[in-house]
Amino acid sequence: MTENKNYIHSFCTIQNNKIVLNDETVFEAESTSFADFSKQAYKKLEINYPKFFKMDSLSKLAFLGAEILLKAEIDPEAENNIALVFANKSSSLDTDVKYQETISHEENYFPSPAVFVYTLPNICLGEISIRHQLKTENSFFIFEEFNPEFLVNYANVLLDTKKADKVLCGWVEYFNEEYKAFLYLVAKEGVVEHQIETIKTVYKK
Amino acid sequence: MQALIQELKEKIIAVLSLEDINLEDINDNDPLFGDGLGLDSIDALELIVMLDKDYGIKLTDPKEGKVIFQSIETMAAYIAANRLK
Amino acid sequence: MMREAFITESNCITPIGFDVAANVKNIGACVSGIQLHQNSSLMMAPFYASIINDIDLDTAFAKISPAVNYTKLEKMMILALYPIAEKSKLDFNDRTAFILSTTKGNITALKNKSGENFQKAQLPHLAKKVADFFKFKTEPIVISNACVSGIMAVSVAKRLIQSKIYDNIFIVAGDEVSEFVLSGFNSFQAMSDAPCKPYSKNRNGVTLGEAAAAVLVSSNKGSSKIKIIGDGSINDANHISGPSRTGEGLFRSIKSALAEAEIEADQIDYISAHGTATSFNDEMEAIAFNRLGLENTPVNSLKGFYGHTLGASGLLEAVIGIQSVLENKLFVSLGFDELGVSQPINVIEKNENKNSRYFLKTASGFGGCNSAVLFEKVN
Repeated sequence: MTENKNYIHSFCTIQNNKIVLNDETVFEAESTSFADFSKQAYKKLEINYPKFFKMDSLSKLAFLGAEILLKAEIDPEAENNIALVFANKSSSLDTDVKYQETISHEENYFPSPAVFVYTLPNICLGEISIRHQLKTENSFFIFEEFNPEFLVNYANVLLDTKKADKVLCGWVEYFNEEYKAFLYLVAKEGVVEHQIETIKTVYKK
Repeated sequence: MQALIQELKEKIIAVLSLEDINLEDINDNDPLFGDGLGLDSIDALELIVMLDKDYGIKLTDPKEGKVIFQSIETMAAYIAANRLK
Repeated sequence: MMREAFITESNCITPIGFDVAANVKNIGACVSGIQLHQNSSLMMAPFYASIINDIDLDTAFAKISPAVNYTKLEKMMILALYPIAEKSKLDFNDRTAFILSTTKGNITALKNKSGENFQKAQLPHLAKKVADFFKFKTEPIVISNACVSGIMAVSVAKRLIQSKIYDNIFIVAGDEVSEFVLSGFNSFQAMSDAPCKPYSKNRNGVTLGEAAAAVLVSSNKGSSKIKIIGDGSINDANHISGPSRTGEGLFRSIKSALAEAEIEADQIDYISAHGTATSFNDEMEAIAFNRLGLENTPVNSLKGFYGHTLGASGLLEAVIGIQSVLENKLFVSLGFDELGVSQPINVIEKNENKNSRYFLKTASGFGGCNSAVLFEKVN
C-alpha cells in the first residue's frame, strides 16, 4: 500500500439556522422553522433550482450543504469524479412519519407518491448527483452517532483505489425540526490532512 | 368553470410544491408536462391522488392521465364532467 | 498487492426455505414463494406477495433462542446469521465488523405513533439488537441505500477488508413486506396484479417479497471457492425514481467492476440481474447490458421466486447465484415468457447446467443508485 495522503479541502456546517463554510458564516436567519430557514438560504444563495421545493427536509439539508461546497469545485465541462459518502442516525424517519400519516386514517387514506419517494435516505444523494451531474460512487450509511472513523477510512479507500478523485463526506441528520449537517470535501491535494482527530475537532465547532 | 380553473391552479401549486411559481404564471392552456410547467412522472401520480382525494374521481387506467392533465383547461373540463365531490 | 476477499459462508431465510439447500431444491422444482394474500392489515384488496409464514419463523427461532422480544424482521435476520456465526469459530474482536443492510427496517413500528415507537423504528436500534444477540464488538455499520443495499454491503465489506481495516465482516440484509411499502409502491402504480414477469412483454410491475440473507466476507480463504474481484456503485444522475434511459449508472458500475477485476465483459459467464418487472427497470438493464456487449450472457432475475425483497434482494440473489455457480447450474428466470425489452438479452428459460467461472450481480434502486459486484469461482 503506497503512502498516499489525503486532505480536507473545505467543510461546511448547517445547524441552528446558520450555514458556516470553513469558519465563515455564509448565511444566518432569525430563529425559524427549517422550511423557512431553507427557503431563505435558497434565496440568499441564489440557487435557482425549482425542484428544491419538492424535496423533503433531509434532501434540502443535504442539497444546501453540497451546493455550498461544490459550487467552487465543479467544472461543468468535465467529468467530476466526486464520490458521495453520507451518513446519519435517523435515516429518512422524519419523512417516513409524514408518509405514514397519509395511510393511517381509513377515512382519509391517500398514500402520497411525492412523499413516498423520499422515504429512503439515499434519495438526497440522488438529488445532489442530478444537480451537479455526478455519475459517481454513492453510499448512504446509518450510525447511532457521527462516526468520523468510518467516514475517514471509507473515503480514503475510495481515493486510494481510484474509485473517486475526490470524496464529499456528509453527516446529515434531520428529525422533527432538529437538524445538523456537517459536510467536508476530501481530495489528494490540500493543506489539512484527512485524519480522524481533525474531523472530530472541526465537527464539534 | 372559471372558479374551478382558479381553484386548480392554487391546488397544483400547493400539492406539487411549486413554490417559485405564481398563479398569474400559469396559463389555462399551457402544457403542464414537458415544456410548460415542467412537471414529471411523480407529479402526474400526485395529480391522480388529488383527483381522487378532492374530487372523488378514481382513474382506472393511469394512462388516461396523459390526456386529462394536458393543461389546466383540460383538467377542469374533465373534473367538471366527472366529479363526485 | 491488495489483499483478497472471499465469501466463506452464506445463508438465507425465505418463504421457500430456511437455508440455502432448501431454497435451491424449491428453485429446482420451480416452486415460487409468491402467493395471493388476503390480509387487510397490509392491503385492502387481495395482493400477490412472497411472505414468510409467521408460525414457521417462530418455530425455527424458538430452536435457537427462547427470547420473545424480537420483531419479525429481527428474527429473520438473526436466523439468517446464526449458523454462519456459529460455524465461523471466530473471536468477535475489533477486527470483525458487522454490516446490516435494510431499506425500511422495523418501519411497522410507526403504525402506532409514539416517541417510543419512533425509537423502535430507528435503524441503529435494529442493528444493535441483532449485533447484541451475537455479541459483536464493533459498532454496527448500517447500509440504507434503497434496493442496492444488500449487494452494496458485499462491495463495502470487500473494500474494508482489502484495505486491512477489518479481517472478517458478517453481513445480514433484510426487509419485510409492510403496509408502508405496499401502499407506496401502489401509489407509484408499480405493483403487478399477477406474479411478476421480469423482462417479459406483458410485465406490469413488481411483486413485493420479504427475506433475510447473510454472508461472511473474509480475508482468509479457508475452503471458500468464491472470490470478490471487482465492484462499482455509480449513480445515474438522472431522476430520483426513474432509471436512466441509457442505463448510464449501471453501465459505469459494471465497467468499474470489470476494470478492477482486469477481465473483459465477454468473460462473464452469468449475470444475476435486478429484473423487478417494471417497464422502466428491465428496459434500462437491457440497454446497459447491450452497451457492454453482454446481450448473449445468460441472465436471470430471481424475483419470480422471491418477489422484490428490497434491501435483502441484492444479497439474497447473490447468495443463490453463488450457489448455482458452485453447483455448475443456471437457475430459471421464473415468470419470464416472451422477451419484452427493446434490446436482446439472453434470459435463462429453464434450469440447466453450466460451469461458470466469472459471475456478475447487479442491482438498481430509487435515487438513481446502481451496484455491480463481480465474483470469481476459484479452486
